[in-house]
Amino acid sequence: MQKLMLLGDEAIAQGAIDAGMSGIYAYPGTPSTEITEYILQSKEAKEKKIRAGWSTNEKTAVEGALGMSYVGKRAMTCMKHVGLNVAADAFINSSITGANGGLIIVSADDPSMHSSQNEQDSRFYGDFAMIPILEPSNQQEAYDMVHYGFNLSEKYRIPVMMRITTRLAHSRAGVVRGEIREQNEIKLSPNPKQFILLPGNARKQYKTLLLNQEAFRNESEHSVFNQYIDGPDKMMGIIACGLSFNYLMENFPQRVSANPILKIGQYPVPIDQIRKMYDECESVLVLEEGYPLIENHLRGLLNNGKQIKGRLDGTLPRNGELSPNLVAKALGMKVAEEKAIPSIVKNRPPALCKGCPHIFSYNAINEAILGTEKGHVFADIGCYTLGFMAPYNAIDTCVDMGASITMAKGAADAGFLPALAVIGDSTFTHSGMTGLLDAVSDNSPITVFILDNETTGMTGGQTSAAHGKLEAICRGLGVDPAHIRVLNPLPKTHEENVRVIREEIAYQGVSVIIPRRECIQTAARHLKSVKQSKEVTN
Amino acid sequence: MKKDIILAGVGGQGILSIAAIIGTAAVKAGLYLKQAEVHGMSQRGGDVQSNLRISSDPIASDLIPVGKADLIISVEPMEALRYVPMLSSEGWIITNTTPFINIPDYPSKEEILEVIEEQHYHIKLDAESIAKEIGSVKCANVVILGAATPFLGLSFAQIEDAIRIMFGRKGEEMVNMNLAALKAGSEQAKMQIKQIQ
Repeated sequence: MQKLMLLGDEAIAQGAIDAGMSGIYAYPGTPSTEITEYILQSKEAKEKKIRAGWSTNEKTAVEGALGMSYVGKRAMTCMKHVGLNVAADAFINSSITGANGGLIIVSADDPSMHSSQNEQDSRFYGDFAMIPILEPSNQQEAYDMVHYGFNLSEKYRIPVMMRITTRLAHSRAGVVRGEIREQNEIKLSPNPKQFILLPGNARKQYKTLLLNQEAFRNESEHSVFNQYIDGPDKMMGIIACGLSFNYLMENFPQRVSANPILKIGQYPVPIDQIRKMYDECESVLVLEEGYPLIENHLRGLLNNGKQIKGRLDGTLPRNGELSPNLVAKALGMKVAEEKAIPSIVKNRPPALCKGCPHIFSYNAINEAILGTEKGHVFADIGCYTLGFMAPYNAIDTCVDMGASITMAKGAADAGFLPALAVIGDSTFTHSGMTGLLDAVSDNSPITVFILDNETTGMTGGQTSAAHGKLEAICRGLGVDPAHIRVLNPLPKTHEENVRVIREEIAYQGVSVIIPRRECIQTAARHLKSVKQSKEVTN
Repeated sequence: MKKDIILAGVGGQGILSIAAIIGTAAVKAGLYLKQAEVHGMSQRGGDVQSNLRISSDPIASDLIPVGKADLIISVEPMEALRYVPMLSSEGWIITNTTPFINIPDYPSKEEILEVIEEQHYHIKLDAESIAKEIGSVKCANVVILGAATPFLGLSFAQIEDAIRIMFGRKGEEMVNMNLAALKAGSEQAKMQIKQIQ
């Protein structure tokens, strides 16, 4: 059977196309972005009329998918781990409504924070919502779990979470496709009250969710994704969740272990199999690519049972992603001392591209506030966060999507002026608009810079919901049109830009300054595709 | 057989293209493959790498264990040295000698080459000059790939086939230029291997 070489993300996307999904809703976020991109670029998906597109944020994405599930069709929504924070209201309540058409919520975590503010573990959310979680160990499982997940979702009429991490999302391996399934027809829930969460009805549905926990656990006990591999050495049993199973097996020649192993790929955890291991072994090592959630449960608050080894007792580092060598050390294997990187090698951090419009925005801002002490620039999440680095040294905060505007407002409320906020166009529509409304309501003397490079840049140049709408949105929110200024971020307009910025900083009300110039990467890609289509027609 | 390969360079230097060529050849040869890569940073001049694993047996980890890599293939000399901890004691470094200078504290080229000399098994070549002679500096990455061909566990013909598959869409001229780049790199490597022996 011909194998496709697919990234973990792509395997999920192809799995969704083959499993009869009708729509995918997402906001870009590393390492989940490629799932939706694959479907957007797929000829097959186009032929099947699968709805695919970028939502304004992860909450609207989950709700869009829920709407599709409501009418009976299969839907998927994708996000990075912190995106789940944004979607949490819809996510948690979708477990109370349950699903109609199959619904899979994919959350992609980033242990070691390769491109995130934290390494929170999405399994916590799945447990919190009390829904099944699927966690693949390899690309084939990622593909297979989509079929399985949709079936599970429709069997119990419940959303199913799928949890992956960076090293699987962005790693390529061979995948064999399975059966192709048709999409569902429109068919509403047999229960007309299913999606009404008035307390009287919600209490009933919540009871159903609680009753189903036993059934979910039973599914896990018999799941093909949970595997008990027995072994003769009962000094230590090993529980390995998701990707950590690979790092474990990498350390055994011929892939045979003397210790019993429990591979976990479906939650709630298979308690009977865990109990078997705990009863038969002297100690248990728990390997989790993320927080020590299972390890913590096993230890309990009092840790007065058998020895549980993992991140909490120092066998593994408490933070960061796992690796074959970290697991080898945890197994007590001899690991050769790591050579050092030669001292001549210097850090080569990511930086703003040469000619990026943000450079000239920062140059103008820096000159406009020259003489002010540091600490007055509240920034946000995007390529422009790189303005923190030398030689710009332009920003002082970056916390979460949209926090630039609201933190600037909070600082201004406390009398700390000037208060400048720097936010991207896509970040602004994602979660900046509500903060701007707060500022307008209070007539806060903040100066908001919406850096409009007409794209969602850091994640690879996806379309931005803000495109062509920024001025109208700001006017609609009540910003005085006289204090909505559009700048051209170029060297030749530097003087003019500095002048405008100084004017607006002096103004004791809400100002919005929009430096606008297309991202040079997306501009180059546009040019290239225009050239290519010209070549085709010639 | 198994080959664990670290591909290294700076964003935009075409290391993922090299990975794709080797990957295509490996898949055609019926081998198992896992290739882990870094996204996003490639647009922004940061260091990028890919862990490429090919094997006749199923592969477990997507990441190469530290100290077990057979090869470092690097399109940039300082980046080659960044992965020295990954290399096994018998491993080879194949590297370009042309620096990509986009940081203020980039060391001198001479110092870097000195440290590369200290690594036991290495092949180094000025891929840009060779590529320019062939016709375009853009195929410098394929020149480096050429220099790595004696170490991949695949035949030269298999790599050539993969290039034909990967570049076929871009026309015969492209294919031939890249085949020439591959050959030139491989000749360089053969010369240097002879000198070591």
